[in-house]
Amino acid sequence: MKDSTVHKVLNYPVNAWYVAAWDHEVTRTILARKIADRPLALYRTTDGRAVALADACWHRLAPLSLGKLVGEDGIQCPYHGIQYNSAGRCTSMPAQETVNPSATVPSFPVVERYRYVWVWLGDPALANPDLIPDMHQMSDPDWTGDGLTIYAPCNYQLVLDNLMDLTHEEFVHGSSIGQEELSDSDFVVTHDESTVIVARWMLDIAPPPFWRKNMQDKFPGYEGNVDRWQIIHFEAPSTICIDVGVAKAGTGAPEGDRSQGVNGYVMNTIAPETDRTCHYFWSFQRNYRLDSQLITTQLRDGVHGVFGEDETMLAAQQAAIDANPDYEFYSLNIDAGGMWARRLIERMLQAEGRPISAAPPASTMGPIRRTVGAAV
Amino acid sequence: MAATHAVVWQTAAVVANEPLTPTIRRIVLTMSQPLKVAAGAHLDVRVRIAGELDRRSYSIVDASDDGETVAVSVLHSVATRGGAPAMHALAVGDEIEVTQPIVDFPLRIGAPSYVLLAGGIGITAILGMARRLRSVAADYRVVYVGRSRSELAYLKELVAEHGDRLELHIGDEGSSLSVPELVGSVGAKTELYMCGPIRLMDAVRRSWGDQGLSAPNLRFETFGNSGWHEAQEFTVRIPATGLETVVKPGETMLEALEAAGADMMYDCKKGECGLCEVRVRSLEGSIDHRDVFYSERQKDATSKMCCCVSRVVPTQAGGSALVEIEAS
Repeated sequence: MKDSTVHKVLNYPVNAWYVAAWDHEVTRTILARKIADRPLALYRTTDGRAVALADACWHRLAPLSLGKLVGEDGIQCPYHGIQYNSAGRCTSMPAQETVNPSATVPSFPVVERYRYVWVWLGDPALANPDLIPDMHQMSDPDWTGDGLTIYAPCNYQLVLDNLMDLTHEEFVHGSSIGQEELSDSDFVVTHDESTVIVARWMLDIAPPPFWRKNMQDKFPGYEGNVDRWQIIHFEAPSTICIDVGVAKAGTGAPEGDRSQGVNGYVMNTIAPETDRTCHYFWSFQRNYRLDSQLITTQLRDGVHGVFGEDETMLAAQQAAIDANPDYEFYSLNIDAGGMWARRLIERMLQAEGRPISAAPPASTMGPIRRTVGAAV
Repeated sequence: MAATHAVVWQTAAVVANEPLTPTIRRIVLTMSQPLKVAAGAHLDVRVRIAGELDRRSYSIVDASDDGETVAVSVLHSVATRGGAPAMHALAVGDEIEVTQPIVDFPLRIGAPSYVLLAGGIGITAILGMARRLRSVAADYRVVYVGRSRSELAYLKELVAEHGDRLELHIGDEGSSLSVPELVGSVGAKTELYMCGPIRLMDAVRRSWGDQGLSAPNLRFETFGNSGWHEAQEFTVRIPATGLETVVKPGETMLEALEAAGADMMYDCKKGECGLCEVRVRSLEGSIDHRDVFYSERQKDATSKMCCCVSRVVPTQAGGSALVEIEAS
């Protein structure tokens, strides 16, 4: 049987769609952002198509993001004026009448969906848009909401761990969504080859402040107990959509009738920036009072405050991990969801032939080295 | 995968060296630091030419999935630039110095249709692309051009793998390629990738421009080893320093100048970058421009040349071939 190890600094798969930016961030002004250790220059063509080019000119590697957009789909290096089209092909070189045939910069597959601009940095032949995780609540007319981005100074897996086990809410978010029933209630974990679900129900409890407010937005004056749910949907490698809500206690929500409650979806997708930093894109979507921008803004700001508490914890955790290199992770029963997420990611990494840990021991660091003639 | 230009030298062991045609051999290597091979990749190889270590580029024709086993194919022509004799002479078990795969000729996935055009040994750069396009079910054609069937390496494999998508043009069978016809048949968004002799590539470039097709959709790679004329001996002189030397058919003008003690500037050594440019002060004969750096207009003007690949040839047989230059 294989050892079950918990890697403290998990590598990321590259054959995956990652969100590089919100749709509104990608414009006719170039955006520089690093995703999966790849510096990117993101922009739109004049016909509105999002483009992701490697952010280094072929010539002397000056960042294209400091340049300017030219023509319908082109970009010009800020240093010597070399121009590229959206496919990354050089179209013009200074002081010569021809273009060097090898002058290209990588252009990565891009898909705009669910209010995000997704990029694929691995094998472009595998960049199937059907592999984009289901986040339809972001753009479905039956839902509304808004979100923000957290620049988290930690390995992306620490964010996934955080979202896959919500018992931390009692301790990190005591003033908003935390309550002791979270630790008392049972949860059920299921998985398949690319998803993990963690479902938790808390029946007949007093709602914490965040949920009392939401209930009262839909049912003014409601003060009674609620049945509360958290159903966490993980899709490898780094998207977690959490079906959350409360309904008047005993009105049948666990059996499927949520009409006497309020339902939200916490949409989370995390793009590794480096092995120790990530861009954490989130939004809080709801399917009631769709017309109220006030509620949208209140929820976005409320969740922003809650996630600020996570950010502080995640930064401190990464710092402690790095400050204690001699200590390993141990696991708890509550980690089942996060551990399944890790295992699915590890399988993706194995399939890509990439190391599982982003920080292997010194003896295995560096490129693969094999002796010629060694047994295969 | 994104293109890599990183040059990482390593050793490779020769595990096979077999003839494919009377002039082309397939050399299979085991890499000491394997790296997955992308379509359009080549290896640079350190070869000993006339006693000196030099560097030659060879397209990777195929490789194992993990990149541990890599095959190149080398043409030994009369006018070889010098690497072929050493490559053809490799024995199983020999170790050579090679780079990791370098991708200067990346294949872009996602074009609506493709034409892959190979002339002769140029098939080595095209084979991997054709396989890749087949594996992603792309709309592609492979156009393979040669003088005679016996010169066409990998023909059997191409027929088996690409069937009707393969189009052969064989000179001595009367089915020569009409370049304007080929270029006239491509769509506005078709990408054409080509590798072959300079006559073929120049004709396609001209036709591409004539048809008003998008320049960035025409992709090509040349290692600067073919010209409009057979390589012949010529003399080069630098009046400013009094240097004079003879450039033999098997060496480049740049190599001859360096060997004669000139301090030359250069980078790509395949006629792409223009760094080896020299100014022509006087000329007996004509210049065989083998680079892709100059435009046709500049080539016609004959005031400069890329000495890493271009040569001087006599205007008529037996005539003199001499160039006086200024170098940087």
